[in-house]
Amino acid sequence: MYYALLCYHSEDVVCSWTQEEDAAVMARLDVIQRRLVREGKLSSAVRLLPTTAATTLRKDQDPPLVLDGPFAETKEQLLGFYILDVDGLNEALDIARELGGANPGGAYEIRPVGFSYDVGAGGGGPG
Amino acid sequence: MSEDPRWLDVALASARPQAMAALLRYFRDLDLAEEAFQEACLRALRSWPANGPPRDAAAWLAFVGRNVAIDAVRRRARLAPLPPEEALSDLGDAETDLAERLDGADYRDDVLRLLFVCCHPELPATQQIALALRIVSGLSVRQIARAFLVGEAAMEQRITRAKARIAQAGVPFETPGPAERAERFAAVAAMIYLLFNEGYSSAGPPPSERAGLCEEAIRLARLLLRLFPAEPEMMGLAALMLLQHSRAAARFDNEGQLVLLEAQDRRRWNRAAIGEGLALLDKAMRHGAPGPYQLQAAIAALHARAARPEDTDWRQIERIYAALEHMQPSPVVTLNRAVAVARVEGPLTALALVEPLGGRLSGYFHFHGLRGALLTQLGRRLEARDAFTRAIALAGTAAEAAHIRQHLDALAADADAAGERAG
Repeated sequence: MYYALLCYHSEDVVCSWTQEEDAAVMARLDVIQRRLVREGKLSSAVRLLPTTAATTLRKDQDPPLVLDGPFAETKEQLLGFYILDVDGLNEALDIARELGGANPGGAYEIRPVGFSYDVGAGGGGPG
Repeated sequence: MSEDPRWLDVALASARPQAMAALLRYFRDLDLAEEAFQEACLRALRSWPANGPPRDAAAWLAFVGRNVAIDAVRRRARLAPLPPEEALSDLGDAETDLAERLDGADYRDDVLRLLFVCCHPELPATQQIALALRIVSGLSVRQIARAFLVGEAAMEQRITRAKARIAQAGVPFETPGPAERAERFAAVAAMIYLLFNEGYSSAGPPPSERAGLCEEAIRLARLLLRLFPAEPEMMGLAALMLLQHSRAAARFDNEGQLVLLEAQDRRRWNRAAIGEGLALLDKAMRHGAPGPYQLQAAIAALHARAARPEDTDWRQIERIYAALEHMQPSPVVTLNRAVAVARVEGPLTALALVEPLGGRLSGYFHFHGLRGALLTQLGRRLEARDAFTRAIALAGTAAEAAHIRQHLDALAADADAAGERAG
C-alpha cells in the first residue's frame, strides 16, 4: 500500500534555520531514509523549494489563470513529501513518528495513494 | 517538542517581523513596540516550554505584547490588576481573532511599513541597515556592532540617533495607495540589497558574520515575497541575492583571500540556492516587466548556468548589461559591460568603452584594474603598469591589493624576459 506523507511546517521557522541547523536535520533524516530504502519502504523523498518559488495555475476558469505563490495560504506550508510503500496506516504512522523525531515541529499529513502513474493499474488521472 | 533549546529562539526570531509590525501599527512608536515585544518574549519564554508554542507565534506575541503594555499603563494608573499567567498562555478565541486580522491585507502593509521606517531617506545607508537589523531582525546591538566593525557603544548611539530621527519624521500610518506602496517597495528593496552587500563585500565583516547578513537579507526578501507574491522586482532581488550567495563557499580561499569568479571551484557552489534563484527569475520574467534587479539576476544566472568559465555566454551578458545601462545609466554598469565586451569583441573595443569613464571613475579601484588588464592584453605594458599602480593605491582590501600585485609581478616578469631576449 502506498502512502504519501505530506510534510507541513512553518516556512518562517524553517527559513530561519542556520545552514548548520538545516544540515543537521537533513543528516538525521538521511539516516532514516537510507534504512527505509534498504527495507524497500521508501519510494521517494522530495524537498520542495520555498513557497515563494511557487506558481499556481487556477483552472476553474477559462483560460486558466496563472498566479504567483502557493495555492493555499496557510500557517504551515507544504514543504515536501515522501511516498512510502508500507503494509498499512500503522506502519506509515510509525515511520512518520520516527521522521518527526528527526525533524520536530509542524505536522505530517498521511494520505493513502489512490493512483500513481508509476505504480497504479489504469484508471483516470487525479483530476 | 524538540529537546533542542534553540527552537524557542528560532520561533521567536522568525515571528519577530510580523509581531513587531503589528505592534508598531498599534502603538505608532518604535520604542513602545519594541518594549511590548520584549515583554511578550519574556512571557513566551515562561509559557511556551511547558505548553508548546502557539499555532500562530506572531499573533500570540502581538496580542500578548499589546495587552502587557496596556496593562503596564493601567497599573501605573492603578486601575485593573494583571491577569494571571495562565490566562495569557491560553488566549483562545481572542488569539484566533487577532490571527485572522493579521492575515488581512493591512498586515502586509504593516510589515512593509516596519521595513520602510528603517529606510528613511534622511538616514545614511549604514544607519538604515543597522536599524533594520535591530528592529526587524532583532539582532543585538553587540552583534550589529561586530558586523560593522565598530564598538558597541558607538553602534548603540548610532541606532538611538536613527530612531530619534525617525520619531521626528513621523511614520505614515494610513494604508498606502498603489503609488505609495510601489515607492515603499523600491526603498525597502534597496535597503535589503544594501544589507546583503554589507555581508557580500570583501571589505566587510569577517566571513562568519558575513554569511549571516546575506542570509538575513534573503530571509527578509522571502518574507516580503510571501506577503506580496506578484512583485517581479522583489523576485528579481531575491533571485539576485540567492545566485550571488550560492557562490559563498567558493569565493574565499583557506587564507581568506578573494577568489575571482573565473578561478572558483564551481562544485562548491550551492545548487539548492541556484535552483531557487533560477526559479524565481523564471517567475519574474513571466511578468514582462523587467527592472534592474531582474536584469542583474539574469546576469548572475548566466554565470550560474555555466558549468565551466569558458561556457559563459558573454554575448548574452553583454546584451543584458546594455539593457541595464539603458534602464539605469551609470559608469559602473558601463564598466561591467566593458568586461563582457572584452570577451566578445576583444580588448581594443572594450578599452574604447572604458577610456571615456576616466573622469567619473578616476577614484574607482575596478576602473584602473580593468584598464590595466585590457592594456596588458594589448601589449601596452608601460600604460598597464601605470594603471595597476593607480589601482593598487585605491585597493580597499588586502585581497584586492594582492590581486593587482600579481598583475604587476607578471608584467615585471614579462619585462625581464623581454630584456633577457633583447640582451
